[in-house]
Amino acid sequence: MALDPKEAALALHRFGFGPRAGSIETITPDPRGALLAELERPNAGLIAAVDLPSSAAANRAVFEYNAERAAHERRERQRREAATQVAMQNAEAAMDAKTDAPPPAPAQPEAVPLPRQLFRNEAKAHFDAAINAETGLVERLVWFWSNHFCVNADATVMAGGYEREAIRPYVLGRFKDMLLAVEGHPAMLLYLNNAQSIGPDSVAGINRDKGLNENLAREILELHTLGVRTVYTQADVTNFAKVLTGWTILPPVSDPDHGGEFVFLRRAHEPGPQTVIGKTYADTGVEQGRAVLADLARHPATALHVATKLARHFVADDPPPALVDRLAQRFLDTDGDLKEVTEALIAAPEAWAPEQKKIKRPGEWIVAALRATREPGDIVRLIGAQALLGEPLWRPPAPKGFSDDNAAWVDGLGQRLDIANAFAHREGLGIEPAAVLDVALGPLASPETRRAIAVAESRPQALTMLLMAPEFLRR
Amino acid sequence: MPSNIQVPTRRELLLGSGALFAWTFVPGSARAEGRDPRFLTIVLRGALDGLAVVAPVGDPDWIKLRGANALTLDGQTPALPLDGFFALNPAMPNLHRLYQAGQATIVHAVATPYRERSHFDGQDVLESGQAKPGAVDTGWLNRAVAMLDPDGRTAAPGRQAFAVGPIAPLVVRGPAPVLAWVPSRLPPVSDETTMRLLDLYRHTDPALAQALEERIGLAAIARAGGINSEPGDDRPVVQVGGIEQVRKYFTEAAGAAAKFLARADGPRVGALAFDGWDTHVNEGAVKGRLANLLGALDGAIAEIGTSMGDAWRETVVVLVTEFGRTARMNGNDGTDHGTATVAILAGGALKGGRVLADWPGLKDADLYEHRDLRATTDLRAVLKGLLGDHLRVDDRALGTDVFPNSLDVPPMPGLVA
Repeated sequence: MALDPKEAALALHRFGFGPRAGSIETITPDPRGALLAELERPNAGLIAAVDLPSSAAANRAVFEYNAERAAHERRERQRREAATQVAMQNAEAAMDAKTDAPPPAPAQPEAVPLPRQLFRNEAKAHFDAAINAETGLVERLVWFWSNHFCVNADATVMAGGYEREAIRPYVLGRFKDMLLAVEGHPAMLLYLNNAQSIGPDSVAGINRDKGLNENLAREILELHTLGVRTVYTQADVTNFAKVLTGWTILPPVSDPDHGGEFVFLRRAHEPGPQTVIGKTYADTGVEQGRAVLADLARHPATALHVATKLARHFVADDPPPALVDRLAQRFLDTDGDLKEVTEALIAAPEAWAPEQKKIKRPGEWIVAALRATREPGDIVRLIGAQALLGEPLWRPPAPKGFSDDNAAWVDGLGQRLDIANAFAHREGLGIEPAAVLDVALGPLASPETRRAIAVAESRPQALTMLLMAPEFLRR
Repeated sequence: MPSNIQVPTRRELLLGSGALFAWTFVPGSARAEGRDPRFLTIVLRGALDGLAVVAPVGDPDWIKLRGANALTLDGQTPALPLDGFFALNPAMPNLHRLYQAGQATIVHAVATPYRERSHFDGQDVLESGQAKPGAVDTGWLNRAVAMLDPDGRTAAPGRQAFAVGPIAPLVVRGPAPVLAWVPSRLPPVSDETTMRLLDLYRHTDPALAQALEERIGLAAIARAGGINSEPGDDRPVVQVGGIEQVRKYFTEAAGAAAKFLARADGPRVGALAFDGWDTHVNEGAVKGRLANLLGALDGAIAEIGTSMGDAWRETVVVLVTEFGRTARMNGNDGTDHGTATVAILAGGALKGGRVLADWPGLKDADLYEHRDLRATTDLRAVLKGLLGDHLRVDDRALGTDVFPNSLDVPPMPGLVA
């Protein structure tokens, strides 16, 4: 096959995080091979995050932090009230004795609160992995699955740890294993309220007159596995919710070593067998839920749902049905082996159509800009920019995650122009636009884009045009 | 951060607002004479049309050349007379006031030694001070400062480059210590950039073109309705383009620079850059885009005067651009890349109220390559004159280090009072 640098550039944009200096040339001999090779790396998907706490440890630390702050504030309030009383007594007792009010304490520079610092550290690890990846295919998979199984950082301090613990180890493993890790993770149990769900006929349910919360069970069926309006009924949701009762979190204070971790609380678990999608599961405690999840993971509706979302994410809003079918079949044939499914995607001719149909999601676009320009990127700015573009990191608007349709992102074009302009004025003076054009787009650049960059009135304007060029905005 | 009284605190820097600018410290030898000169360079990127700023209304070929786009003394918006031969664009009343007060000088038909027409290369020559384009990482202003004897104050411990983030304009980059500051408010997306992008989309991507058109429509509504898009303190800045934003930005940037330069313990030499002068289409010199931009620039010049306070009398501001534009209009009521243009000097230290020009004429044979205003003055001569007389940079250093290989370009004398 003739060498096709255009295909190499396309591979990096469509399946990765965009080219870095030299990457188009490096993979031109075999773009598909370069993508597949990334799947074979030892520990693919994992990041060395030695300085990041486990999500449970983060949860405990924030709990302590909040408790200490509350105590501090209470103490301060008491001191102020006491001081006011003394001042009033003094004023009454000695009308002519002038007492100078104590000078107000100098304002201390506000330290970054612990939860925000933890979030930034996790966000940095998340972005760095994408910025430094070879092609970025595996990191794209991490982002895809993290969004498919999203949690919300407003609901838990564990969002970053969740991605490392429940998503990364499984992006090239079996779907079933990821599903089990995700649904049993404290971040998910908190986000979708299963931590508070109690079987009505369980010991805890009877004693405390509390009950079921269906949220997690419904979203597993609707969003995580089978897909909305497929094969399940309200009864299935309710029964599945009962199955999942007792899946909760060890309170952070309860145990200095394990507080914040997953625990199966038999006392809250609804006793008895449950029927979900036509199959009855005996009450085997925590294993009852695992059995249901294992069956959901290999259901044909799940295969179709996952295949559709993958194809929509990587290829087109309305992906070719033949491609979806092939991915779904591979999913079923391999018992949900996500590496095999990814390989099928890369092998599919439909995935390589030259037209760049998808608009990059904001985060992908930001990372691509940093890779093209070799700018390291300040994490606070990255977080701010991604949020401004409507995709705040780990804060999706709903459990469905961020949309993968172009329509959701094209409205933000104006904000992208603002960000591109700001970035170009911060960094663009030291950047040679023609060189970045060759790095970032190379043979993908249209003559019109090349010309627009060549005649720009300044380097910042040229860099703005490059980042906003259709070939760079799309993939 | 080490505490150092010369350095505005980080907080002050972040509270201020303005362009990407940078500054360096004090010229010691001038100080020894009991002077305390300030020098601010403003780089106008994009190639300013000098003929539209200062028009040769006394040249018999002028009207012929520009037709309805020519500034005249008797039009609907008459130009502001300078010296009988030249007149100033009516969008610049503040500069006119300074000129009349002897505090502004125009140098016309001036150009750097660069004779090609690439913005990037032209800007490199303008800011580097080299005679030719090419890879350089230092600018003439920085090298000029490096030539000065630092007085005791600047040699104090803690004399370190102080930078908050950005890359300073090339003109101030180099061996001398530079303070640089990235403002929290960044330049708004210029209408020019937006229109160029829209043009690209219209030719290549209709869906993106439509989305951008909708944004432009919204921005117009916001402006017409006076919707305030003032950003919050720590939120990313969203700018709706338009001249009001540009005006605000120019004014704040220039004012912030001037306030720092005015301080007794502040820096004495600085630079900033304003983009947006590349007027290929619908230039609008009398009324329109360029007139609006010049108005914004005029506001910035006025703001510098105000913010400088007493220091204004020891100040020189020089506004320079990479090259001029074609003498004639092009087919789109704009002008294309040309050669000679104007340099604008303002400040209380000037011997002003003059237009300095060895006027080349506007007949076809007078024009450079039959298209551009011919350069009769080397911009380096102007800059060397200012650096020598105002900052006391040594003559020989100017011809070798500051503007390499320019010993044959003598400094222009008598610019400073």
